[in-house]
Amino acid sequence: MAARTRDDAPVSAGVVDVPLRTRLALYRCCVELRLFEQRAYRMFMEGLVKGTSHLSIGQEAIAAGFGVAMRPDDYTFATYRGHAHTLARGVPMTPVLAELLGRENGLMKGKGGSMHLTSVEHGVMGSYAIIGAHLPIANGAAWSAQYRGTDQVAVCFFGDGTTNIGAFHEALNFAVIWRLPIVFVCENNLYMEYTPIHHVTAVEHPAADRAGAYGLDPLIVDGNDPDAMYAAASLTLARARAGEGPSLIEAKTYRHGGHSRADPGKYRPDDEVQNWLARDPLPMYRDRLLDIGATAAELDGIDTEVEALVNRAAEEARAGAEPGADLVMTDVWADGGSAWRN
Amino acid sequence: MAQLTYREAIARGIAQEMRRDESVVLIGEDVAAAGGVFKGTVGLLEAFGPKRVRDTPISEQAILGAAMGAAMTGMRPIAEIMFSDFFAVCWDILANQVAKSRYMTAGQMSFPLVVRAGNGGGLRFGAQHSQSVENWMMAIPGLKVVVPSDARDVIGLLAAAVRDPDPVVFLEQKALYPVRSEVPDGEIVDTLGTATVRRPGGDATILALGNMTPRAVEAADELARSGIECTVVDIRSLVPLDTRTILDEVSRTGRVFTVEENPRLCGWGAEVVSIIGEEVFWDLDGPPVRITTPHIPLPAADALEDAAIPSAERIVSTIEKTMNP
Repeated sequence: MAARTRDDAPVSAGVVDVPLRTRLALYRCCVELRLFEQRAYRMFMEGLVKGTSHLSIGQEAIAAGFGVAMRPDDYTFATYRGHAHTLARGVPMTPVLAELLGRENGLMKGKGGSMHLTSVEHGVMGSYAIIGAHLPIANGAAWSAQYRGTDQVAVCFFGDGTTNIGAFHEALNFAVIWRLPIVFVCENNLYMEYTPIHHVTAVEHPAADRAGAYGLDPLIVDGNDPDAMYAAASLTLARARAGEGPSLIEAKTYRHGGHSRADPGKYRPDDEVQNWLARDPLPMYRDRLLDIGATAAELDGIDTEVEALVNRAAEEARAGAEPGADLVMTDVWADGGSAWRN
Repeated sequence: MAQLTYREAIARGIAQEMRRDESVVLIGEDVAAAGGVFKGTVGLLEAFGPKRVRDTPISEQAILGAAMGAAMTGMRPIAEIMFSDFFAVCWDILANQVAKSRYMTAGQMSFPLVVRAGNGGGLRFGAQHSQSVENWMMAIPGLKVVVPSDARDVIGLLAAAVRDPDPVVFLEQKALYPVRSEVPDGEIVDTLGTATVRRPGGDATILALGNMTPRAVEAADELARSGIECTVVDIRSLVPLDTRTILDEVSRTGRVFTVEENPRLCGWGAEVVSIIGEEVFWDLDGPPVRITTPHIPLPAADALEDAAIPSAERIVSTIEKTMNP
């Protein structure tokens, strides 16, 4: 079992029994998220990506662990830092990157942008850019699954800063009293935007220390360990599917860059950054897989394939047309239009 | 044909739709066991059971979030926000999430949900439980806004709202809850975006909404005694807006008055009058006049609240002074 209470030692690979085949899928997913985000960053710097963007570099293991463990018909609710969670559900790279570039071949034809990635056909039920909003909304999807008796589970990702907004508390209470099939995943990267989370939070563990208030177990997981995240995901998804109600996970992690495109992250002490870079999930996981029998050629092969995927996505996104101005007036209403009068 | 109160019509309308469609569910504070604080949902728990009629905590964001998440995954929830003033504590979910998500996702998602709320003054509840917030609602692209003025319209417009594929804010005028009116037997389904002429008259058009509609009719009856014949148009639906009926009636009479319970600034009548000014200006025989609650928070005392919200007397005197200066 990957989940642990807050005073336990970090979960080690040794106590998590994840088959190699699954681990290779986790590795591939982490590589996809890393290389995609690096390319998105580069395209930002080239002025191709407009607006803002929030990258998950360093935090890939969380989205990957859930992405690999979830059933295709489960629901994902992500935040404005949602590229990784979207890709981890199998959404192709080209429409995601094209959306960042504001092209017509974007996931939402350029109407949403980086912060609102959505692909209903992949169960990605939206990326939400107002802190906390999607927790109650994810409850609604979980309630619907419960009502319809489909065994689907909603997984709702959010940051540590979200634990201090009212919607977090409303949603947790609501999910528990209705015994909803939902997993709340707090990605605690130690900073709410530019401020250390412990400067603005009454408790040490922003999610786990609040869990008890709602009758939930305080689960803290190493968010830089794909195996631990996969195991925690499997456990909590199974619980939800079995009708045992919601779970709240606090995944400890670190973003390698700043909060958003405009932020170099200079407010973080050098030694802290160095410590976390030394715990970069990708090289750590690669070493672990080599230790347990994966070959370097096999892993290099995955790297090369993913690199090619990213290259192709970048070309296809760049080649996408600017959306036509007629799209401005579409899709306000279900009839496809925007008329408000006769 | 039966005489039904506005509040009884709410339960009948919800029951009509819940019987027809398993995906219709009702949630809100005190809506199940208690039958609603305004007794608008009496009997529904008994009729449809606790899976479909569900009490919630005092968590307005959780209520609207649940409705939104359920709607995007195939259900047709009806959520109650007890007092429309409380939209202020869940405005993000309604204004930022429900209203915009279809557009932002290029039509990937649908939100066939209805949010009901008790709206408006007349009950002496003071400034935080008496507001008319229809103008907040219509300011947000992506929300449909409906305000019935009698029992028949409650059922018909509620049915139309439930069956509509888009989010509809359904504002119930609290002052009308005890008012009885005739309701035909059998299923009633109305059409969103249609105004109703409540009373014909050739001299002026009064545009009214919700609880202002019966007051406008009362005022028009009074004005008729002094020889001023007014048409009263019940707007019923602010979004979509039946501009055709409005403009036709205004053009025909040449004079227009709005009667609005919302506070003056950016009230619904401001938009309607601007449309009239742009499109039928040359049919007007005089300037449009708006009769509204002043731009104030509502006071609680009987005398003060009555002085603030447009009354039949104020409508009569304003129209008389304007028509016969």
